[in-house]
Amino acid sequence: MAVDPALAGRSFPATEPYDVSREKVLEFVRATGSDFDGRTAPATFPIVVAFAAMTAFMEDPAAGIALHNVVHGEQRFTYTRPAVVGDRLTATLTVDSLRQIGGADIVGTRSEVVDATGEPVCTAFATLVHRAEGAG
Amino acid sequence: MSDLATGDVLPVQTYRVTRADLVRYAGASGDFNPIHWSDRVAGSVGLPGVIAHGMYTMALAARALDAWAGAPGRVRELGCKFTKPVVVPDDDEGVEVQVAGTVSAVTDETVQVALEVTCGGVKVLGVPKAVLVRG
Repeated sequence: MAVDPALAGRSFPATEPYDVSREKVLEFVRATGSDFDGRTAPATFPIVVAFAAMTAFMEDPAAGIALHNVVHGEQRFTYTRPAVVGDRLTATLTVDSLRQIGGADIVGTRSEVVDATGEPVCTAFATLVHRAEGAG
Repeated sequence: MSDLATGDVLPVQTYRVTRADLVRYAGASGDFNPIHWSDRVAGSVGLPGVIAHGMYTMALAARALDAWAGAPGRVRELGCKFTKPVVVPDDDEGVEVQVAGTVSAVTDETVQVALEVTCGGVKVLGVPKAVLVRG
């Protein structure tokens, strides 16, 4: 089953708020060997919030996506500021583009990550490659 | 970072990645896809073995940017394609990922860096690049 072309341009509900705790940032820092100044999360840390938005999108029956057929093709972030300990973040995903190439759906998504006051923190652009069942 | 000029080559950063790192990253990120910890599942989808999360490799690129910038929190843009897998063997040695960078543009406020991220001499990220804000 291919991805519904009508999804292009559609936005999905914001994720549940994610509290950026010192412990969770430290886990990420230790896993990646990153430097930590006690406050600033690593640059790719907001993927945790964006990933929740992407998972919710892919699990939405309207999307027609089988999770095990999805590959993360490309990722890009633009930042207003780094995420920091104490932030409460939510992500809102929009399907930016949808195209089909040789049996695969190339889904361009944009997740706007904002803080508790609604101010922007970063935007996570993910390209998801979905290969339909039975496609070559 | 204040004295960087276009064309400057940044010191190569070498990072060792083991299975334990991938398990830690799965927990830290919430990405529990079994291709990043189970040889059985990785093999069943045609991979040569367990591979690092693409986002793990991207995090190593960000780690190198922090090292070059001298502090975390300076990244204003970061992007790449995930082109080749980083296969991580089930031993204590793991694999080495190397992050190289060249200054591709400089403005009054920012430094743009073209990255090259390799494992065993093979580029694993496609056109990785970043923009850092000057301190």
